[in-house]
Amino acid sequence: MTGLAALRDPALVLALAEEIRRTATRPWTIMEVCGGQTHAIARYGLEELLPDGLELVHGPGCPVCVTPAETVDRAARLAALPNVVLATFGDMVRVPGSEGDLFLARARGARVRVVASPLDAVRMAAEDRSETVVFFGVGFETTAPAVALAVRQAAELGLSNFAVLVALVRVPPALEAILSGPGNRVRAFLAAGHVCTVMGLEEYEPIAMRHRVPIVATGFEPVDILSGVLAAVRQLEAGQARVENAYARAVGPRGNAAARSLVLEVFEPCDRHWRGIGPLPGGGFRLREPYRAFDAEERFELPSEAPREAGECIAGLVLRGIKKPYECPAFGVRCTPDRPLGAPMVSSEGACSAYYRYRRVGA
Amino acid sequence: MAHGGGGTVMRRLIERMFFAALDRGDLGAAADAAVLALTGGELALTTDSFVVRPRFFPGGDIGALAVHGTVNDLAMVGAEPIALTAAFVLEEGLPTEELWAIVSSMAAAADEAGVRVVAGDTKVVERGHGDGVFITTTGLGRVVAPWPIRADRIRPGDALLVSGDVGRHGMAVMVARGDLAVESDLASDCASVHRAVLALIEGGVEVRAMRDPTRGGLASALNELASSGGVGFELRERDVPVDPRTAAVAELLGLDPLYSACEGRFVAVVPREQAEAALDILRSVPVSAGAAAIGEATEDAGRVVVRSDFGTRRMLPMLSGEQLPRIC
Repeated sequence: MTGLAALRDPALVLALAEEIRRTATRPWTIMEVCGGQTHAIARYGLEELLPDGLELVHGPGCPVCVTPAETVDRAARLAALPNVVLATFGDMVRVPGSEGDLFLARARGARVRVVASPLDAVRMAAEDRSETVVFFGVGFETTAPAVALAVRQAAELGLSNFAVLVALVRVPPALEAILSGPGNRVRAFLAAGHVCTVMGLEEYEPIAMRHRVPIVATGFEPVDILSGVLAAVRQLEAGQARVENAYARAVGPRGNAAARSLVLEVFEPCDRHWRGIGPLPGGGFRLREPYRAFDAEERFELPSEAPREAGECIAGLVLRGIKKPYECPAFGVRCTPDRPLGAPMVSSEGACSAYYRYRRVGA
Repeated sequence: MAHGGGGTVMRRLIERMFFAALDRGDLGAAADAAVLALTGGELALTTDSFVVRPRFFPGGDIGALAVHGTVNDLAMVGAEPIALTAAFVLEEGLPTEELWAIVSSMAAAADEAGVRVVAGDTKVVERGHGDGVFITTTGLGRVVAPWPIRADRIRPGDALLVSGDVGRHGMAVMVARGDLAVESDLASDCASVHRAVLALIEGGVEVRAMRDPTRGGLASALNELASSGGVGFELRERDVPVDPRTAAVAELLGLDPLYSACEGRFVAVVPREQAEAALDILRSVPVSAGAAAIGEATEDAGRVVVRSDFGTRRMLPMLSGEQLPRIC
């Protein structure tokens, strides 16, 4: 057995689950940070394998979900400008802004193209210089290297018709905010493996120390996730609070040096508003001075707007792990993937979409 | 609009291309309607329109799809195809060689399926008012199943079979669109399945109901069967055949093969005691050589449940809307 099959091996999964049941003597609440992990947990029904008192709560690790509605509105407004094409990842197009989503904007005549990579957007700009291509740069540290590469490539090609609407966010400040927030129940984190692959583990040390929580870098397959849970439970039971790597096949302690230095060459940390969570100091990236000319918000003067949210959506509570999606009165009734009130219902990494899609039997 | 006015240019296009490729003795009469001689029994009639981007993809094209899709719809009620009609809406500027390739592929698919194209129509729309080519096919079939094949005949405990690996067409087309920078040698499963269906019926398998899992994939087909049959299904995830290449593309794009379209597969619900015999029959027909038993019907009306390799169970709900590739 190789590759994915080994990471989904029933015998190994059941053995890990048994070891977790043996190790946990008390109730614990553990947050998996990344929406990809949330989806795997729901998809494989992993919670059914855990002991009763051990609860997994779902974190804010869904870049699409934490992008504010006003940023979606701004993207729609850019796309509607003459001679502008907005290039975006697919799962952003159904995310509701305050005036509808990008699908609706396209139906009204705005130009929105779905791309799989920011480099595709650079290629579009190079092929037709009569139009400006604005890439909607949504993502975590995982996506930041590709966006950084796109900006550097556009700079090297001298493409004055390429720009980025930067909505990149950084994970560590969000963990800090969750632990400091009122009503926090999280006792340990499964850190997002892909983010750690790029940035390494150092940034988590001060958080683990200050808040006395284990932080375990964890992957995305059933064996990865249960290995992360087991490592966290072992630490919790032993009263430890270390940064630990349960995803060593992809994560080195200092991350990917080339990707990290590329990100830090093009971007610098800045304060950023997270949808549902609020303003986070250091919660985002913005372009550094030499690359500032590629910032769509500088290039096009757009009115800045106050944050607006759908009244009934409890995305903020879901993203902080305080409520489960099914505790929302609108869940599955007034809020579905076809008619979403909030981003977590549409994104492929959103907790609400995971619960909607992979409903447990009897739930 | 060179080809749209109904005059001699149009006539030449139709004669040259459509007759040359598709005529098997019925089109040449150039009358306003085909006349068919039929004997007793029940008939099945179905119609479907085909739009696909790109028009050509590994394993097929819109022409082959328009034949197979309609033949398969007939097969799902236990009917053998007799005749098809084909209506084309062509966008001005469609390259002639492309149209020829599509029409030839239709002809090959129809010959292979043993069905005649007996009537047709062509309209040309202005450039910008169509997407190259739209094809509507109508199929007439003779019902050969001696009992009705309908969802309300499904009983709890019946076995659920699928005729081959699922999700291939949807993923192959997504790769072929080429805007995702994903490469794969994955080919669509696009094929007519009626021979497998007829073999089951001739082999005495008392097929309760069938469905071809096109748009929305296996998950949607089972939900439709469950809600119209007033039963549920429980699926064993490990038994559902998925080609490793389909799985790899789906994994990469964050999509689920169970919701991805097939164009040459069907699910059949059969009495449990006939499941083994039915599988043997299916596996002896090339188009369903990869058949597998994947689960059973339950009393839990309208609910489709998947049991994972780990023994955990989750719902497989009906999802609407297109699956969108994910961000990272």
